This record gives sequence, C-alpha cells and structure tokens, in this order.
Amino acid sequence: MFPTPIQKSSPISRYGYNLVLPIALVLWLLPLLGVALTSVRPPSDLAAGNYFGIPSGFAGVQNYTAVFENSPLGWYILNSFKITIPTVIGAVALSCLTGFALATYKFKGNLVLFFLFVAGNFIPFQILMVPVRDMTLKMGLYDTVTGLVLFHVAFQTGFCTLFMRNFIKGLPFALIESARVEGVSEWRIFRYIVLPLMRPAIAALSVLVFTFVWNDYFWATVLVQGQSAMPVTAGLYSLNGQWVAAWNLVSAGSIVAALPPVAMFFLMQRHFIAGLTLGATKG
Amino acid sequence: MFLVYVVAPIFQSVWISFHDWDGVGAKTWIGLANYQELLGDEAFYTSLQNNVIWLVLYLLAIPCGLAVALFLNQTVTGIRLYKSLFFFPFVISQVVVGLIFTWFYAPNFGLFSVLLKDLTGLDFAVLADERFVTYGIIVAGLWPQTAYCMILYLTGLNNINPEQVEAARMDGAKGWSLLKNIILPQLAPATFIAMVVTVIGALRSFDLVSIMTAGGPYGSSRVLSYYMYEEALSEYGYRMGYGAAIAVVLFLIMMVFITLFIVRMLGQERNN
Repeated sequence: MFPTPIQKSSPISRYGYNLVLPIALVLWLLPLLGVALTSVRPPSDLAAGNYFGIPSGFAGVQNYTAVFENSPLGWYILNSFKITIPTVIGAVALSCLTGFALATYKFKGNLVLFFLFVAGNFIPFQILMVPVRDMTLKMGLYDTVTGLVLFHVAFQTGFCTLFMRNFIKGLPFALIESARVEGVSEWRIFRYIVLPLMRPAIAALSVLVFTFVWNDYFWATVLVQGQSAMPVTAGLYSLNGQWVAAWNLVSAGSIVAALPPVAMFFLMQRHFIAGLTLGATKG
Repeated sequence: MFLVYVVAPIFQSVWISFHDWDGVGAKTWIGLANYQELLGDEAFYTSLQNNVIWLVLYLLAIPCGLAVALFLNQTVTGIRLYKSLFFFPFVISQVVVGLIFTWFYAPNFGLFSVLLKDLTGLDFAVLADERFVTYGIIVAGLWPQTAYCMILYLTGLNNINPEQVEAARMDGAKGWSLLKNIILPQLAPATFIAMVVTVIGALRSFDLVSIMTAGGPYGSSRVLSYYMYEEALSEYGYRMGYGAAIAVVLFLIMMVFITLFIVRMLGQERNN
C-alpha cells in the first residue's frame, strides 16, 4: 500500500494525521459550509453585516419556506424531475441494446461506430447548439420538457453505450457462445443471460446520468425560455437575479437544488464511483 | 437518434457557418466571410487566450487530485466518510458552485475578499477586475475537478500491486523515488482518464463563466464556448452563422485532443 499506512508510523504522526484530517475537510468544504450557514441566517444578520459570524438566530424554517412560497422553485424542481427521469430510463434502455450489439457482434464498422459514440461524447455542445435548437423549434418542441428529454437521451446514449459496451466485453463470452450453440435465440440470450448480469452497470449508469442531466445548465438555457419547462439549474440562476443580495434565500435555494443529486450520490455511492472510475484501473 | 441529434448537427453547423443567418429568415451564402471576420475580431482572440489559460491551469487539478488522494489513502476510522465528503463538490451542479464562489468573492463581505484585505491590505473585487476574473473562475472550476481527479486516483491506488510496492521498499526505495518509479507508472490509466476529462472539461467551460460573470467585465472573461453563445443567442443579436463559425473553431481545437485520445484507445483495443 502506498503511502505507508499511518498505523506503521510513529504515534505523533498518527495523532497529527487524525487531527489534520478534519481541518483539511473543513477547509475543503468551507465555501459549502458558508452557504449552509447562510441558508439558516435571519435576513437581519445580513443587513447588519454579520455574514460569517455566528447567526443571531435560527431562521432555517423561514428561509426555506420563503423559497418555496415566494418563488417557482418548487415548480422548477418538478420540471427537473420530469426531464431527468425519462432521460435516465431512455438512455439506459437504448444503450443496453447498442452496447450489447457492439460488444457481441463482429460486423464491419463496429469499431468505427463505437468510436463515433466515444467522440460524440467529447465534442463541445456549442457545435450542436444552433442546429439542435433549430430542429427543436421546427418540431414544435422548443420550450417543452419533451424537447429537452429527446436531446438528453440522444446525447447521453453516447456515454452510456461506451460504458455498456465495455462492461459487456468484460463478461465471459463463453456464456453467450455456449447459449448460441444450444440454439437459444439472440433476443433470449440478451434477455435472460446478459441483462441479469448487467444490473450493476445499469445501476451505475442510472446514477451518473441522473446527476449529469440534473446538473445540466447549458441546454436548459438554449432549449427553454419560459418558466413552464425550466429546470432548477436555470431557474436558480434567474432567481438569483431577483433576489439581489438576499443571500440567505439564494443559499437556501442552492441547497435545495443540490439536494437530489447529493442524495442520489450518498445512497448509491458504490455504483456512482464504480461508474466514474470505469477504465481508471485497467488499461 | 444519436445520428439525428449529435452527428448530423455537426455537419449542419459547419454548413451554417458559411452563411449569414439570424435564425428565422433565409440564409445568405457568404462563404468564408464569417471566418475572415473572426480573424480580425479582438473578442475572439480574448476568448481564445482565455481558453488556453483555462486549459493550462485546469491541468493543475490532476496533481492536486493526486495529492489529495495520497493524503486520504489511509485506513483510519471514518475514512470512507471523509473520502465521500471530499468528493462532494463534484456532485453539485456547476450553477450552485458558481453561485457559491460568486458569493465567496463578493466585494466588501465575501469571505475571500475579507481574508485578502486582512492579510494583505489589498481590496479589490476579483470578478469585476479584468486582470483576475478568469483566474477567479478557474479556481471555482478546479474545486470540483480536483475532486473528480482525486476519486480516479483513489481507485487507481486501490488497485496497485502491493507486492511490487513491498519489493521496491525492500530495495530501499521510498518517498519520491517510490512514487515516481513504482506508483505513477501503475497509475497511468487513471492519469489518462484524468487528462481526458480535465482537458474536455476545460474546453467545455461554459456554466461557470455564464453564472459568475456572463463574460464580463467588458468581455474579458469570455471563453470560446461562451462567446459563441453570446453571438448566436443573446441580447446582442442572433448571428447564428457567426456563432456557428466560432463553434467550428472550438470543435476543431477539441478534435485535436479527441483524435489523440481515440488513437490511444484504439491502440489498447488492438492489444486486447
């Protein structure tokens, strides 16, 4: 193990390490802690210039209710869910099929197609912006949840296919081979042999796509204009303009907006990290 | 579907970049005029220069991530929780990160400004100062990116061959030389992924610029992705053709990196 396990070093450095660890954590999360603290601050504190001291009282309940009652934040969050959940289902389902096809069939252009997906994953959004916006307008889906979902599904499929294909490649191919010899149809192989084995990959991808789509801001500004379909990221930014200097409200709003992906992360941590670090361990 | 939404639009964008188009009316063919205008456009060079600064400084996330990972790669009680909390910034939306840091930098009362004033006596607003604004935003971007690199390295460190490390220790290697000669080569796959995501992340930077400064002051913190958006879709007018031309330039820059990555991945694919 590297670096040397701290248990093997002198007691002083062991205590030192245990002491430094929480300090480092607090420093690392300082911006976040500031926001959390501000979100429970009464507005009078801010007016008095007490930005970083101890809050003079606990106004968390007030601030958070104010955020939901006086602004469409709740609506924005609902929109975010309406965009994110169908995207996760759509992209994951599609990529199970494409990943299976790319991993198990040898056909001409297999690698080309695969790398097309990989490259598509890395291109700048801006090159897609004008045509996609135009197309969405023409289909009458501008400013709707469906328009955003369609685009996200298409784009995320690139990443998901890359992920699924590599995952299926890692499964024992002999399993599929022997099923074929037995005369099992391709669809049944996929349904009864591969799909059950893909469960961990599906879980990992769902969490990742959920986070990516939830946190998307660029497409939310490009494909949506009004309140009706605006997700929480873009919504929060526009609210920030309205709540000038009402930092307690901005902070409370930020925390609410950040909560779903954070909850997702803590609930599914193992899958989340497995997904993100795919390829970081073996070549 | 991927073809319709991702592959086809790339070609359409290139096509549009040869036109003068407001997004609604008819397109007029103007050939390379958009690109010629680009060559004489000062804002374009500012954005390009900022993109380079982003790219170079963003790479700092890799050594920082490695350092944090080495620091956290221990087995003391509660270390799992520490690791997840250190990873935290990556999970939060860039919009929230942007807002947090705007507030952090806010003149007069922001924590950063207050500290700066107390420590050095200097007093300026980072995000309103043309000299510092881009660096200020990059620091905000480095925060989640370091967390990402950290998690990549932590996983990498977990998979290091312990026998090799022990053998090297027997031979008297320690500290730096151990890290450089034994550990880093084994971490190469993690470094590669970290490079990919960091380079792409740096060139894609849009959210933070848009949230924190909207390209200001006086366009000094614009990057290509934001400048393109501004030209094509904002109150400054709907110059879709010109915007598309900027996007094409950005695309070509990224294509260089994407090609490098793909060539490498292809090599690995062949080896398997």
